[in-house]
Amino acid sequence: MKFTLSWLKEHLDTDEPVEKLADKLTMIGLEVEGLEDKARQLAPFTIARVISAEQHPNADRLRVCMVDTGGGAAPVQVVCGAPNARAGLISVFSPPGTYIPGKDITLGIGTIRGVESRGMLCSEAELKISENHDGIIELPADAPIGTAYAAWAALGDPTFEINLTPNRQDCTGVHGIARDLAAADMGKFRDPGIKQVKGEFPCPVKVKVEDADLCPGFALRLVRGVRNGPSPDWLQKRLTSIGLRPINALVDITNFMTYDRARPLHVFDAAKVKGDLVVRRGRDGETLLALDGRTYTLDNSMCVIADEQGVESLAGIMGGEASGCSETTTDVLIESALWNEINIAQTGRKLGVNSDARYRFERGVDPAFMVPGLEMATRLVMELCGGTPSENIVAGKAFGDDRIIEFPVAEVKRLAGIDVAFPEMKRILGHLGFMVAGSGPVVKVAIPSWRSDVHGKADIVEEIVRIVGVDQVPMTPFERGEAPRKPVLKPMQLRTRRAKRALAARGMVEAVTWSFISKPQAELFGGGRPELSLANPIAADLSDMRPSLLPGLVTAAQANSDRGFADVALFEVGQVFRGDRPDEQLTAAAGIRHGFASQAGLGRNWTGSATTNAFDAKADAFAVLAAAGAPIQALQVVPGGTSWLHPGRSGTIQIGPQNVLGHFGELHPRALEKLGADGPLIAFEVILDRIPDGKQRPTRARPAIELSAFQPVSRDFAFIVDRMVKAGDILRAASSVDKKLITGVTVFDVYEGKGIDEAKKSVAIAVTIQPREKTMTDQEIEAVAAKIVAEVNKKTGGALR
Amino acid sequence: MSDLATLEQEILKGIAASSDEAALEAVRVAALGKKGSISALLATLGKMSPDERKTQGAAINLAKDKVTEALTARRELLKSAALDARLAFETVDVTLPLRDAPAETGRIHPLSQVWDELTAIFADMGFSVAEGPDIETDDYNFTKLNFPEGHPAREMHDTFFFNPKQDGSRMLLRTHTSPVQVRTMLSQKPPIRVICPGRTYRIDSDATHTPQFHQVEGLVIDKGSHLGHLKWILHEFCKAFFEVDQINMRFRPSFFPFTEPSLEVDIQCRRDKGEIRFGEGEDWLEILGCGMVHPNVLRACGIDPDVYQGFAWGMGIDRIAMLKYGMSDLRQLFDSDVRWLAHYGFKPLDIPTLAGGLST
Repeated sequence: MKFTLSWLKEHLDTDEPVEKLADKLTMIGLEVEGLEDKARQLAPFTIARVISAEQHPNADRLRVCMVDTGGGAAPVQVVCGAPNARAGLISVFSPPGTYIPGKDITLGIGTIRGVESRGMLCSEAELKISENHDGIIELPADAPIGTAYAAWAALGDPTFEINLTPNRQDCTGVHGIARDLAAADMGKFRDPGIKQVKGEFPCPVKVKVEDADLCPGFALRLVRGVRNGPSPDWLQKRLTSIGLRPINALVDITNFMTYDRARPLHVFDAAKVKGDLVVRRGRDGETLLALDGRTYTLDNSMCVIADEQGVESLAGIMGGEASGCSETTTDVLIESALWNEINIAQTGRKLGVNSDARYRFERGVDPAFMVPGLEMATRLVMELCGGTPSENIVAGKAFGDDRIIEFPVAEVKRLAGIDVAFPEMKRILGHLGFMVAGSGPVVKVAIPSWRSDVHGKADIVEEIVRIVGVDQVPMTPFERGEAPRKPVLKPMQLRTRRAKRALAARGMVEAVTWSFISKPQAELFGGGRPELSLANPIAADLSDMRPSLLPGLVTAAQANSDRGFADVALFEVGQVFRGDRPDEQLTAAAGIRHGFASQAGLGRNWTGSATTNAFDAKADAFAVLAAAGAPIQALQVVPGGTSWLHPGRSGTIQIGPQNVLGHFGELHPRALEKLGADGPLIAFEVILDRIPDGKQRPTRARPAIELSAFQPVSRDFAFIVDRMVKAGDILRAASSVDKKLITGVTVFDVYEGKGIDEAKKSVAIAVTIQPREKTMTDQEIEAVAAKIVAEVNKKTGGALR
Repeated sequence: MSDLATLEQEILKGIAASSDEAALEAVRVAALGKKGSISALLATLGKMSPDERKTQGAAINLAKDKVTEALTARRELLKSAALDARLAFETVDVTLPLRDAPAETGRIHPLSQVWDELTAIFADMGFSVAEGPDIETDDYNFTKLNFPEGHPAREMHDTFFFNPKQDGSRMLLRTHTSPVQVRTMLSQKPPIRVICPGRTYRIDSDATHTPQFHQVEGLVIDKGSHLGHLKWILHEFCKAFFEVDQINMRFRPSFFPFTEPSLEVDIQCRRDKGEIRFGEGEDWLEILGCGMVHPNVLRACGIDPDVYQGFAWGMGIDRIAMLKYGMSDLRQLFDSDVRWLAHYGFKPLDIPTLAGGLST
């Protein structure tokens, strides 16, 4: 919403400085986004006379001018390139040190081709007051030399631009803004009231409203015998000052009413309207050539005004070209109506029309002003164009209901925490047009017709507080009281933050990728279900909610590789989607390593340069699970298990087949190809929600520790087993022999190759035996060792090497 | 010189001449071995008269002791020299570079870091952290938050929708984290003090908008919390988060469907070569919206607005992270460029705490 200071002063008696008005507007909720004060910006530009203009000695297109800047000062030498620079010309001069808005430079004393220039003669474009840069400004001979140009040219009317919130329809007109400022002590509101214009004959055109929901009110009158033409200077200036183009008096009046009174109107050329008007729904396929020169195809959801010839106007949004007013119009029909806000918004959106009328009607215009608005417009038409008015035709009923709220005055203190005396409340509400009746703890407040945004007690509190000033509300410490200082994070929140720090501590870098991926990528990772596909994706490759973090990470790794950074270790902890229910959104932790980004570090190194392998992924997965509190001893690893990993170089981590926590391994070559990525690339993904909750213990004390007095004994065994025998089974068999005595079993060598059958491998394990009550004899140790060999043989067929 | 003295001199000479332990051992065997020269002399003692044995015995034993002592000393010397020689050969190139420590090269994304900072600040003020699903119903994202059906304010949210279900309803991606407030109020009795951080979505893409972004909202519901408390909390938060001793804030009336009265909040700052300094300067920078929870929202969530009251606020996590840490382009937050992440990310052990400082 744009307006000028002089326009505001039509409605507000005020001597307050512009900056103070702007600040106040912002502080009462009408945020000033822009304040353009030409008089101030252009203050150094003065009116000057060119005394002489001689050809520049070294440049064909330049002239050396001597300029009289007024006040009896010595003439100033200026080098000027404008074709119209000539002796006797009155123009606009800026001295060195002036900021030139059109060029975004600050002028200095220059030497141009060897001739000094102490200032500049300016074009309108250089002052940024128009696009005209054909030459320097030419002023009439009587323009006073030495005075400020902007003030003389009446450019000095500051322009405000307000970022209006959608609730304040009343401030889509200058009149309403003035009312708010008056309430905030910025001056006296001028509201002289509107006199009726007596109709001299019945309106010959009738109106039928077919759908009162879409059109709650419609007022119409004819003014006969008008002379349309350019509107007077004052009206043209009003419109141009806010960037509107004057068209003709009748049209200009409607635009003026829109901005002055937040009352959009429409004028039909009565000669071009056939028969009576009907307000009805559009018919599918009907078209209208609108005043913006575009043709719109209408449908049944829209509201139109039609006559016998068809649609003449898109109700509340834009009139039609065919029945528009021109210089030849002699009889004019003025329409002032009310429209359904939601329908206007939907129609405008559907057709892609933004108009000043739509802007106001979708916010809801003042219903009580429908007829007074028509009266005011009629008066303006008669003043500017003459003519004889008909009587009004008014369809619809009860414009502006009486809405009354019971308002406990203590609400202001309760909700806003500020003490406001009742007389002050009453004064503020009165200024804003609210009527207050009563003086007890609960008063009655009548809401003015133009405040359709005000419904309840809280709204009244807001009205009072915004005018008193939110800055006046005292800051009140918010005591946390005696609530216990317990941890606030829930188990999943703790898991999430620990998972992130654990992975970063392994040298991985956290990425945050998009929640949506392409459908083929989603399908590759088990997603792509219809309920997870967006109806209106922003791009085709961001169409489906991700079932896994890995597509995003792999794509990111490839993008880094394409930038020349191939060895990357990335991770992400975030949401993945298995369905559209809340419990189908899970939190995953996933990571990938590409190229030489192994656990040991990034890139090749003299200490060893292995590319990443499945065990880096396994280590990452176990590290994140451990950090997130998973019971590591209970986790089982089984080979393979997912389609997007290499079947022979991947594993599934589970606690029994029913609870799969995640997967790790080398990415499947086919998955790599579909993701457009190069290998080698290893990945893991675990679902943090699947980790069983730990037991809550009543105290933080740990169980007593048992420190054995006896040295542990270590025994090595090498077994020859079939190649496909899992090391995990050998370990499990060995440790199951005596859970109490055997405290550790590790694999210290795996060998396949020379000296061993091709179908076999050698797995060497070290078993730690911890005596509990006494030192064990060799015989006792040998007995345990024999049991281990027997058990491993039984479970895996392994024989001692 | 007696024979013994000569022998002793020769042996000692032999010891001194031994250049390694093997040579020294040969000398030892030649002198003290079973058939050694000194052993031979000792063997002659048995045939001597007692007097002679006494004098000769003492002399020979003295010579033996001298030789033994010399052997030991020489052995120590040679051993030490051999060790020195070996060590002199056993060198590594200590200038070979190390691999960077993983905890030094790993990075936490600035969004995660700021998330932890927010948690630290608000946990200290007694807030817990509530989260909710990204895929929401129209009811929780709009209707219960006082956005009437068909209202233009809904359109301003540029919502991502899923395809309609059989019954005509359709799910959407939440456009703000306010549905978490709804879920909290529906599931929890006042008093309520929560912050709701989370990922949000709108159809928007340019230098300052991405189709996904992050918000943190706060919600307080009890029997006495008012605008004065809200102002205080936000003031305390801004000082703590931006790590400045004082900050000037401007509260302006504004409009949101779900609060009444509604406010927008600006902080005073100075822009200085791409950096923003808070607590000084002439510019006002809008950072959040807030207000008293609208009575319609309370009612929709089963809370009586005449008994309970409270306030809510919301701000962009991405935005405050960018302001604090000087990141200029929102899109880079989601670009996963390892150079950017190494620069703007945080080390895993830099855990934000109030005791140790949020970012120091």
